[in-house]
Amino acid sequence: MEKRIEELRKLSGRQKLGAESEIAALQKKWTEARREVYGNLTPWQRIQIVRHPQRPYLLDYLQQGATDVFELGGDRTFGEDRALIGGLATLHQQRVVFLGHQKGRDTKENLRRNFGCAHPEGYRKALRLMRLADRFRLPIVTLIDTPGAFPGVASEERHVAEAIAVNIREMFNFRVPIIAVVIGEGGSGGALGIGVANRVLILENAYYSVISPEGCASILWKDRAFAPQATEALRISSKDLLQLGLVDEVIPEPTGGAHRDWTTTIRTTMERIAHHLAELNQLSAARLVETRQERYRAIGSVLEK
Amino acid sequence: MAVFERRKYEPRKEAKPRARGVPSGLWTKCSGCGEVIYNQVLKKSHQVCPKCEYHFPLGARERLVLICDGGKFQEHDAKMEAVDVLQFKGVTSYASKLKANRKKTGLPDAMVSGTGKIGGREVSLGAMEFAFLGGSMGVVVGEKVTRTIERGLAKKMPVIIFSASGGARMYEGMFSLMQMAKTSGALAKLGAAGLPFISVLTNPTMAGVMASFASLGDMILAEPRAMIGFAGARVIRETTQQELPKEFQTSEFLHEHGLIDMIVSRSEMKETLARLLRYL
Ligand SMILES: [Zn+2]
Repeated sequence: MEKRIEELRKLSGRQKLGAESEIAALQKKWTEARREVYGNLTPWQRIQIVRHPQRPYLLDYLQQGATDVFELGGDRTFGEDRALIGGLATLHQQRVVFLGHQKGRDTKENLRRNFGCAHPEGYRKALRLMRLADRFRLPIVTLIDTPGAFPGVASEERHVAEAIAVNIREMFNFRVPIIAVVIGEGGSGGALGIGVANRVLILENAYYSVISPEGCASILWKDRAFAPQATEALRISSKDLLQLGLVDEVIPEPTGGAHRDWTTTIRTTMERIAHHLAELNQLSAARLVETRQERYRAIGSVLEK
Repeated sequence: MAVFERRKYEPRKEAKPRARGVPSGLWTKCSGCGEVIYNQVLKKSHQVCPKCEYHFPLGARERLVLICDGGKFQEHDAKMEAVDVLQFKGVTSYASKLKANRKKTGLPDAMVSGTGKIGGREVSLGAMEFAFLGGSMGVVVGEKVTRTIERGLAKKMPVIIFSASGGARMYEGMFSLMQMAKTSGALAKLGAAGLPFISVLTNPTMAGVMASFASLGDMILAEPRAMIGFAGARVIRETTQQELPKEFQTSEFLHEHGLIDMIVSRSEMKETLARLLRYL
């Protein structure tokens, strides 16, 4: 259908055939069809979209949606993790400390970025930058996009679990607004390690899960091929998470997914961040800490007899 | 893209913990030395091999009895039960898993908590039950851990938690991941109030539990030869194609690499805790 519209447009451009109305009708039909297709995506299809290599990553958001960006490096102890980066940026006139995972688009870049899977150094650098934010009263904005923290020998030797745990605890103490946005994959502890926030937003096709669909499938079904079933059972789509009260807002993506239209995706996302920041800026430091605690304290119900 | 997934705890073949705190049958083959031990003997030694000191998992209730003065503690939240909020359906449903594990362990979920005395000092404490769905942390475990910390906060008592867990409970999806935040948030408050938290790691303590409260002790103790870490060994091997170092992800390895304050055997645990508490 897309092709047919293009053909008609070319024809009409050359020959004044009065094809405008036909083009308009076709285009309307096309838009509707796409919306229907993408509106009815299964959670598993959305996972495919969210892993699309042309999806905008953290650096793309900064390049198109922020000014005065300075990336700050190093955990001052061991090294510089390029899978989890951070620094200073200005979003909608608001100066912030940003943090986030960075994936690569090709093999070379992915090796450098370790597929967006951070080592302990990444989490410790994030902590250092969050402390800096706290000290200079800068809000913290984190963009989450990771399959998970890196499972490797070095990661374990330098205690990635401890690094994540400390971040989670310390994020409750910071006296500045914290906004976390899941822009792609919200992979378990690797996501939560920069994910404790006053507001948690998620892009329409993104997911946030305690375990990857493949991991869940291989444990429960003993076969990774059951990942689609696991995706449904885990209820990790943005719509489910909103319904369950686990995220505060779903940011809509352009029809077809964020990779089809970076400009709109990034503009919308930045607008929503700015909106929430403006709200949080009204709260005192003590209220920010208190409401952040309350947000997580309330999650999950139990039966008491 | 190839995705690195994290799997839940998988016992090492050479040191496979029994499915229950107390092994069934008349005797048990020791995972440490291969010796055949009568279960009666194991029970008396609190599940420690008399020959090689291998520490089998100990039931949560048995653990608290062992550690508290006079074997007595006041249990709290004893009847708290999980809600199958996702109505999780895998090969078997979460509901049926819960039912089977309740029957198997006689516990409503994977944690026993309360208050008691150790060396005369009032403490708020809890122990995880590995036999219940691998000690996994869902909302009940998260809530109990949080309340254990909050009781310490309210009554100005030190908090001690014995971990034994494969990680977060998959069947509760994101609700279980959020328990990592809930429990760590409570520890942020405890720390701000200047109250101590002692984390005791037992075999095994992995993944989401290790990446939250278990790693956040003012002191971190571990039982000997416990398996402790973030990602499972198999996942690491598959992801990195790396040869794993000797004793990888054991208490001894982590002590060597600077995570653990000390390794304390089960028979020394109570006395050690009592003496440590005098400093706190
Ligand atoms: Zn033995």
